[in-house]
Order: sequence, then C-alpha cells, then structure tokens
Amino acid sequence: MNTGWVKPFICIKPDYYSNLKYATLKNKFSTMSENSKNKTEWPLWEVFYQPKDGKPFEHAGSIHAADSEMALQNARDTYARRNEGIAIWVVPSDQITASTTEDEEPFFDPADDKPYRHPQFYSTPRAVKKRK
Amino acid sequence: MSTTDIKPKTKVKLLVEMILRLADDRLIHGHRLSEWTGHGPELEEDLALANMALDMIGHAAALYGYAAGIEGKEDEDYYAYFRDDIDFKNVAMVELPKGDFAFTMARQFLFSAYSYFLYQKLIETVQDEQFNGMLQKHFKEIKYHLRHSREWILRLGDGTEESHKRIQGAFDEIWMYTGELFDLDEVDQSAIEQGLFVDVTTFKDEWKNLVNEVLEEATLDVPDDDQYMFSGARQGRHTEYLGRLLAEMQFLRRSYPDAEWK
Repeated sequence: MNTGWVKPFICIKPDYYSNLKYATLKNKFSTMSENSKNKTEWPLWEVFYQPKDGKPFEHAGSIHAADSEMALQNARDTYARRNEGIAIWVVPSDQITASTTEDEEPFFDPADDKPYRHPQFYSTPRAVKKRK
Repeated sequence: MSTTDIKPKTKVKLLVEMILRLADDRLIHGHRLSEWTGHGPELEEDLALANMALDMIGHAAALYGYAAGIEGKEDEDYYAYFRDDIDFKNVAMVELPKGDFAFTMARQFLFSAYSYFLYQKLIETVQDEQFNGMLQKHFKEIKYHLRHSREWILRLGDGTEESHKRIQGAFDEIWMYTGELFDLDEVDQSAIEQGLFVDVTTFKDEWKNLVNEVLEEATLDVPDDDQYMFSGARQGRHTEYLGRLLAEMQFLRRSYPDAEWK
C-alpha cells in the first residue's frame, strides 16, 4: 500500500510506530504540534549543546523523536557520546522562526558599509597599548 | 561446616567465577542488541540500540580483563571466544533471540533494572579499588539504559492498541526467565559468605516494586510469578539459542585465530 512520499531513510517502519497516539500520555509527554500530528514520521527537533559551563549553546544538528523526553535521549545518543558537552537543548524544529532569503537585504546588507560598528575599526589609544 | 576460610586458590577461583557470571550476562545481552544495528525502527533508535550494545560489550570486556588479571591469563579474549556454551554463565533471559522491538525493550528494561540494583549493592560492597572503579563507571551507563528502556515501556504500553498488545505479549513471554535472576546456587552462597559478592535476593523486592510501578503506569498487567520459571543457565544448562549465537560470534576468531585488523 502506497501512502505517498516517504523520506528515503525512514522507509523501514513497523506500523505500530507510524500512528502512535499517546492517548493518555499526551499531556505528560507530547509536545507534538498540530501540523506534525498526522504525518507518518516522528517530528523533527533541533539539537543544541553546551560545550562547557558558561559557554553559549551551539547547534549540533537535528533528530526525529515522538516527544520531548525521547528527543532528549535521541539527541544524547546521536550528538553527545564523545564528550561534546555538558547540557543539551532540544527544540521542535517547527517552533523556530527563521529569516528567509527575502529578508537578507533589509536585515543584513545595511551593515555592509559600516565597519565602524566593529570595535576593531578603532585604533587602540597609545596609553592602553602601553599597559599591555 | 566449620570453615569459612578456604584456600586462597579456591577463593580466587570463586571470585573469577562471580566476575564471569556478571560479564557473560553483559556480553551475550550486548551481542543480542548489536543484532539490531542497521535494523532499528528509526535511525535514532538504531543508534540508541547500537550504543547500548557497545556499552554492554564494553562492560563485559572490562570485567573479562579484570578476571584475566586475577587468573594470570594473557588475553581476556579467551573468555569470549574460546569457551563453549556449557561454560557460559549468563542467565537465559539475555540469550533469547532479539524478537521484535517490544521484546528487546521489555528485556532491556527488566535486565537494566536488575543491573541497576545489583551494581548499586556491589559498589557499596566491593573493596577492591580497580573493580569498584569499573563498577562505578558502568553504573552511569546502566542508569541511562534503564531510563531509555523505561520510557519505551511507557510509550509502547500506553501507545496504540498494537504497541500495547506487543509489549504486553513480550512481558508475558519473557516472564518465565525472570526467576533465574534471583536464583542462588552453592557458588553464590559461598561467594556471599566470603564477602566476595552480594546477595541478589536482597534487592528482589526493590526490583519488583520498580517493575510493577512502571508496568502499571504503562497500563500493562504484571505477569504472574506463580508460573514455571526457567533455571539452570548460570550452571551451563542453556537454551538452544546460545549455541547458535556463539557459533556466529566465535566463528571468525576460532577459524582464523591469527586474524588481525589491517
């Protein structure tokens, strides 16, 4: 039975995964958003990890998972097995609002000719240099 | 029954026997998990299963290495590759075929919960620094295995009609192999008497409570303990499945003993 286009690497899928409903666990675990609910694959999550205490979180990649706890575990198994960091965030991919290519001009171009917005644009005063 | 102090040589042998019991469980279970590699239900779960397999085989390798040191054997590979099924001391639960994903997870959960309490008690008891350090390191991974499998039990049990049916069936099927986890034979008895190993029956209730709690939350029925329970694998009376597993696992090493990674 062909139910339409399926991403190639998720083609092996016993049917008991494809329509997990989490009847009573819904409130406890599920953060599935409306538009991913009826798809035959698990929703996508973006994974961020913190390399060290106090450092900003960095984007590691993405994974599929049915809910947030499993997303955390899948993220750990995929991206945190080799001492990469000390903390992980997982965020449903469809919760991220991203700029588009159309935004490129108004968002980023104005900065093109404004090098003076970088601190490096200014020469360091002699007195400061001396102290170094 | 007046002597509690037996000859050192016997005591060493007893310790090795107990370490091998611990290690064989992990090697055979790890091998069964490794059979999922490339066959996982999802890419991410495929990785998770392979990771757990690696963890468990790693635990076994470290324990074999420790036993080899005690026995003065050159190579810990001997334990994995050159013993026959009758010499393996693992419980039957871990040698059963991997089954479907539900069966694999039911076994993982029951065995990880058992390992969790066993390692907790061992860490409190074991005096040897090297052995204890090893146990502490492995305990962290066991906690993760328990967490991962527990989450799956909840989701499969309280998921769809099909997933519920499969995971309930898995627990019903595997239940007769849970009794053996807490069996004590003479070897166990004397190891406990000499302070070499912990008494597994001391945490049976804790294990039972945890299992009951999770199964209940997963809307599953806890199978009846009052049924035929398999026993004897620790003493070498295995199911037919172990021989086949070993045939595959040991073949290369036995047929080409000098084979090397190039």
